[in-house]
Amino acid sequence: MSKVYMALQDNEEAHYLVEALEEDNPDATVDYQPAMIRIENEGHLVLKRETVEEKMGRDWDLQSLHVNLVTIGGNVDETDDEFTLSWN
Amino acid sequence: MTIEIKTSTIQPIRNTFAHIERRFGDKPASRYQEASYDLAPTTNFHYRPLWDPELRLNDPGRTAISMEDWYAFRDPRQYYYGSYVQARAKLQEITESNYAFFTRRDLAGRLPEGVREKVVRCLLPLRHLEMGANMNNVFGSAYGIGTVLTQAFLYNGMDRLGVAQYLSRIGLILDGNSGDTLKAAKTTWMEDPLWQDLRRYVEDVLAQKDWFEVFVAQDVVLDTLVYDIFYGQFDESMTEAGAGDLAMLIEFMQEWHKETSRWVDSVIKTAVAESDANREQIAAWVGDWKQQALAALGPLAEEAVGPDAINASAEVLNKRLTKAGL
Amino acid sequence: MAARKLNLKERYSLLTRDLDWEYSYRDKKEIFPYEEFEGIKITDWSKWEDPFRLTMDAYWKYQAEKEKKLYAIFDAFAQNNGQQNVTDARYINAIKVFLTGVSPLEYQAYSGYAHVGRQFSGVGARTACQMQSIDELRHVQTQVHAMSHYNKFFDGFQDFPHMHDRVWYLSVPKSFFDDARSAGPFEFMVAISFSFEYVLTNLLFVPFMSGAAYNGDMATVTFGFSAQSDEARHMTLGLEVIKFLLEQHPDNVPIVQRWIDKWFWRGTRLLAIVAMMMDYMLPNRVMSWKEAWEVYFEEAGGALFKDLARYGIEMPKYAATAIAEKEHISHQVWSIFYNYTHAAAFHTWMPDEKEMDWLSEKYPNSFDKHYRKRFEHWREMERAGERFYNPTLPMLCNTCQIPMGFTEMDDPTLTAYRQSVHKGERYNFCSDGCKDIFDHEPEKYVQSWLPVHQIYQGNCGGADIEKVLSEYYRINMGKDNMDFHGSPDEARWNEWHNLQSAEERLKKAG
Repeated sequence: MSKVYMALQDNEEAHYLVEALEEDNPDATVDYQPAMIRIENEGHLVLKRETVEEKMGRDWDLQSLHVNLVTIGGNVDETDDEFTLSWN
Repeated sequence: MTIEIKTSTIQPIRNTFAHIERRFGDKPASRYQEASYDLAPTTNFHYRPLWDPELRLNDPGRTAISMEDWYAFRDPRQYYYGSYVQARAKLQEITESNYAFFTRRDLAGRLPEGVREKVVRCLLPLRHLEMGANMNNVFGSAYGIGTVLTQAFLYNGMDRLGVAQYLSRIGLILDGNSGDTLKAAKTTWMEDPLWQDLRRYVEDVLAQKDWFEVFVAQDVVLDTLVYDIFYGQFDESMTEAGAGDLAMLIEFMQEWHKETSRWVDSVIKTAVAESDANREQIAAWVGDWKQQALAALGPLAEEAVGPDAINASAEVLNKRLTKAGL
Repeated sequence: MAARKLNLKERYSLLTRDLDWEYSYRDKKEIFPYEEFEGIKITDWSKWEDPFRLTMDAYWKYQAEKEKKLYAIFDAFAQNNGQQNVTDARYINAIKVFLTGVSPLEYQAYSGYAHVGRQFSGVGARTACQMQSIDELRHVQTQVHAMSHYNKFFDGFQDFPHMHDRVWYLSVPKSFFDDARSAGPFEFMVAISFSFEYVLTNLLFVPFMSGAAYNGDMATVTFGFSAQSDEARHMTLGLEVIKFLLEQHPDNVPIVQRWIDKWFWRGTRLLAIVAMMMDYMLPNRVMSWKEAWEVYFEEAGGALFKDLARYGIEMPKYAATAIAEKEHISHQVWSIFYNYTHAAAFHTWMPDEKEMDWLSEKYPNSFDKHYRKRFEHWREMERAGERFYNPTLPMLCNTCQIPMGFTEMDDPTLTAYRQSVHKGERYNFCSDGCKDIFDHEPEKYVQSWLPVHQIYQGNCGGADIEKVLSEYYRINMGKDNMDFHGSPDEARWNEWHNLQSAEERLKKAG
């Protein structure tokens, strides 16, 4: 299995996203690089709207992920509730 | 000592880029100027396009209009990407709150008898026309010359996609998200005899090759008439019929058209003022397309508003053309 | 009535995909005339998977949010004379290369995506391409605005669009994008959306932007990351295009594979300039080009091609050569520019002792063995007041247009030369990859506007090279060009920071 990854700009909102990612993908590794945070995992990585909302304590639109997203690796599947990266 | 040096030496060595200075003089430039002028490549293209080997990339020969300087088409709104999206985001926010209010108060349920049907038959099929307008403006962006013009075409193209999406959302508000109104409106667009001449017009424009002619046929002739009939006169007649709430749903289109008309007017005026040859060519295009547009829209305007509607809109178009020097 | 809830996909489909209709008054081929000549077979456009489902309202909202943040930082940067806070004025040369070489490609991408955004008959693909087109316009404009401030304090930025159309090394990126834009619409997508955006663009932006962050360049970091936030959408489009083409018809597979081979190679040649920036032009280094290549091509690209194997797609043909070149490419390109810096609108220099040590450490297999001695020799010459400039005009590769300076990977001391003969004329190439590209479409590549040929033919303002440089290229001689040491950029920087010039330091060092 290959690794999928996403990188986020290192800012306030991203920290909540990283917390949510860590909770929903316990095996993922988080790497803090200059000005960005890279999260990778074997085969599969999911960001759940509900978890992010719980961390932030407010409503959060999944599409606003794109404001902080730097790059991705993997096939994307995007619904109202989840943003998923995977390799077949 | 250090401070002294800092204040005396941190002076800019130039005010702006050299190509901007050549146009506007040696002074600080606006963001619009730096983002728009002389950005497009003009010479030493490497390969002829496989899809059109007669001409080069960025070839001014893709229209019969000619200009000494293609950057004469300054956008009166001075839109570059940043100022464009900020302006649209503002308009979008107002629209969003209008749509939310309309839905929350169930204003659709309070529309007078027959209005819903009229909106489905006379307004919603325009979403397809807007898709055509999207493609026609992107056409100008792809094959036009000079960033001041081609960027404005792209903004206009994306705006038209936005308008088509708002029109679709009106349908979804009316049918409770079933999509039935959109299906019905599409059948009307495809089959209703009332709409066929207009659809033929749109398909004819899509098949044209001269991007400036496409601009004339779409943004100048057709849009002037369509926006006056459907977002002006039709809106008034709906208000008279007690369906004034509908205005909340088409405010975006009205505001957008008012703003964009300033740009359209300036483009046509600049091209016409450039030379007699341009004026004659544009006048010939306007003549052809106007005749077809009036014929296509006549019966629709009558159905949507009343028998005098098309003449009133023709008058609006004639005034605009006169103002532009035609 | 209670409205039914629409999910993202249904909603997007109704608001976008459903806007299209079957034409009956005009033949579809009149409206979309370019869809068939490449031999790609599309049997059903409705199978297109939308790579992202942004409607315009959301697009305006999120993009305006990004722009607001970005311009607030540009304003703060300018007001606070942020240009003083970069690590070292040498660094600025990396972003000169960026504005003159890369930003005009963003412009070309805008034009190219407007073209395919009009020409695809599938509404899903068309809309996605239009959105990328306007994003690319955003990128070129935000880059121009970010560098507008640097242009006021450093030389070499001022005539970037004029130079992009003319200057010898800028014909490398220009011909790359002219090549893609003059190709058919499907090849354009495989070239730019897939091979460039998906496979290689991370190598351009991510390490370079991190580099900017490490070197105090707030303006570049900001536009870079802000642009990258659109890039994730573009990458997804690249992957969807490939999957769509491969799923539509088995006959598409060999055509797509050939395009991947071609554009991977074209892309790696283009990125050679980024390799040089990373290893030589960043005073504070984040990672070496070799390390970036390993993470973003070997690892990420490896996973991608493993995923695509189910369609019968293989690793790009010359991937092994490109992998071997990671040890050499940055040093070879830096040598080329060091040689010809008198004809360039940016400065070069020889790395100092500490920097050479870093290169030795990062490139244990190649730097000491092949490059360090040469570089030390050039440094000695400079100390003796005889800074080396190569007075001859170089021979260029007919495909990538880079001077012939790359070597054989099985013998890195031997410059690689390849040739083809077409209609009695001889054409030169730097590599098997570039030769293959020519051999497959000679009629296209005999048209290459090769800067050196053009100078010889008198098309760049005559035979006097000084005049070509100063009048045709509009290089401000003695300011934009030559070694960094002794440049007006260096003098101004030293004045701001109350430093001694390198010349004075050299004198003292004796």
